[in-house]
Amino acid sequence: MLMLEKRPQPSKAWTLAAPLLAVVLTMICGGLLFAALGKAPIETIRTIFFDPLFSEFAWFYRPQLLIKGAPLALIAIGLSFGFRAGIWNIGAEGQYIVGAICGAAVGLAFYPTESFLIFPLMVIAGVLGGTLWALIPGILKVKFDTNEILVSLMLVYVAEQLLASMALGALRNPDGMGFPGSRNLAKYDSASSWISENAGMHWGVVAAMIAVIFAYVTLSRHQFGFNVRLAGQSPRAARFAGVNPKLLVLVCMGISGGLAGAAGLFEVAGPAGQISIDFNVGYGFTAIIVAFLGRLHPIGILLAAGLMALTYIGGEIAQSNLGLPGAAIQLMQGMLLFFLLMVDVLTNYRLRFGKGATI
Amino acid sequence: MDLSAINPVLLLASLMVAATPIILAAVGELIVERAGVLNLGVEGMMITGAVCGFIVAVNTGSPLLGFIGAAIGGAMLSLLFGFLTQFLLANQVATGLALTLFGLGLSALMGQNYIGIKAPEFPDWHIPLLGDIPVIGPIVFQHDPMVYVGLAIVVAVWAFLKYSRAGLILRAVGENHEAAHALGYHVVRVRMLAIMFGGACAGLGGAYLSLVRVPQWTEGMTAGAGWIALAIVVFASWKPMRLLLGAYLFGGVTVLQLNLQAAGMAIPVEYLSMSPYLATIAVLVIMRAGRAPGSLGQSFHASR
Repeated sequence: MLMLEKRPQPSKAWTLAAPLLAVVLTMICGGLLFAALGKAPIETIRTIFFDPLFSEFAWFYRPQLLIKGAPLALIAIGLSFGFRAGIWNIGAEGQYIVGAICGAAVGLAFYPTESFLIFPLMVIAGVLGGTLWALIPGILKVKFDTNEILVSLMLVYVAEQLLASMALGALRNPDGMGFPGSRNLAKYDSASSWISENAGMHWGVVAAMIAVIFAYVTLSRHQFGFNVRLAGQSPRAARFAGVNPKLLVLVCMGISGGLAGAAGLFEVAGPAGQISIDFNVGYGFTAIIVAFLGRLHPIGILLAAGLMALTYIGGEIAQSNLGLPGAAIQLMQGMLLFFLLMVDVLTNYRLRFGKGATI
Repeated sequence: MDLSAINPVLLLASLMVAATPIILAAVGELIVERAGVLNLGVEGMMITGAVCGFIVAVNTGSPLLGFIGAAIGGAMLSLLFGFLTQFLLANQVATGLALTLFGLGLSALMGQNYIGIKAPEFPDWHIPLLGDIPVIGPIVFQHDPMVYVGLAIVVAVWAFLKYSRAGLILRAVGENHEAAHALGYHVVRVRMLAIMFGGACAGLGGAYLSLVRVPQWTEGMTAGAGWIALAIVVFASWKPMRLLLGAYLFGGVTVLQLNLQAAGMAIPVEYLSMSPYLATIAVLVIMRAGRAPGSLGQSFHASR
């Protein structure tokens, strides 16, 4: 009989090996899935995971990696603080949308003035928008003890409706001949987040890098990072150590919302270009997978964001070249999280063969 | 705006229909949570049920078989959650989220050839005598059978938890799994059964959307209904009868805003569409939840 025995400490080796094993298992199962869909499994896996990096057209895809990876890393870094402390902000998608709306609104208000001050103002507005949107579930949790998972998620649907009304109403391009969607911010020099469009560099990429470094230092060297980890591992011990649990909720929600809002702003002012009804593509939800796959560790999140960006781009290539349905990629991303959670049992438990209590 | 276009009888009648998918999904989750398991994957199981039910119903021409297929589909998906959380002791919050993301992808893949097809007709019952009562008849007694199945499940769950021995064991497992284990109950077995029941109910709720309410298959069609069902379980303080109240309240807001949209209210459509979600938040804030089951969300590992 197979048994699980709790490890006194989580295994260091498995902490690192689990994500890798999960990726391998996902490739295998993904291959089986593609075979079931009538595609050549090995070729499809190669198209998704290797072609964007090493094929003859890789020069075209590599910049895309930065574009897709930056918002994922930025949002996931924010989420990782809360997830470590057991505060579950699931509504990053909504905060991303509201950040984009607020930032874009500031930029559009100044159109067509040119000034180097406009973009920083937009960033501030985006961060503020995301933070405030995330503080709604935070404050409700602190004041009324409501469940932050449910409230933050409900606010995603509210934000989506808000986005639609903005694209059709207040922020609609007055010169757009009645089509929904705002002016193109990427073509408005003072508001564009592009640094070099050909290299895929925009300010979001820079912000993601800064966030990774900042998060790394905070978590490993600063009292706040220690408090976050302590609250997650032992809420009681944290209380004795003088950690204010309510303040922690607000700060963690605020950080994750602010970074998600920033990601939204950089996206709307660069790669997306405008506020439109279908502006959000699910980065806020994929970032949850990224945060877990990166073990809630800043460096891990950076790598995981790269990998998820790869599946997005590779998925698009497979979609156009091999006719793979887009949903198959979405399914594979979900599968990856499942395998990770599955393999993670080995991090905390040891497998034992022998007789004993059956479960 | 023409408020006289809103017929109160029709409004109340459609309220019962709008509340049904939420009732079905929420009553399943209620049993799961009373057994001490927090399954946040309701949305994923619901949408998988929606697509499974739709595929079966279209291919067999029978909505009834569709609902059975949906229940099986939802239960199968919930087994995945059960295996991870009960046997591999994975974090229930993370696994539930994974189940939702996975279910959304799976359903989109399964349903890609079924977009734009109409579901087979699922006729309303006109219950003789009762259905002929003026006003009350059309409101309560002229619906499709699933409305009554949903209500029957709620009553059955209430009786099961209150009067049956099995219900008592399930509550014991949810309140204190260590003690239940010490008494010799199979904690994991009870929980697996509860999880499967929850999955089957969520599947039925999803199929009600794709077969009766809409009735079509579109990607992401549950649009948060599973999350609202989770909120309603909290609102109901884990009590089956209060769950009906929450679901009808939600159904009422949904139907009212749809009617106001149709009546051409001066508020933009988008703001009216927000109202069910805002109402759910308001309900979570105003209604102080009762006490949650003692072992809710904790993994159980029999150390010996």
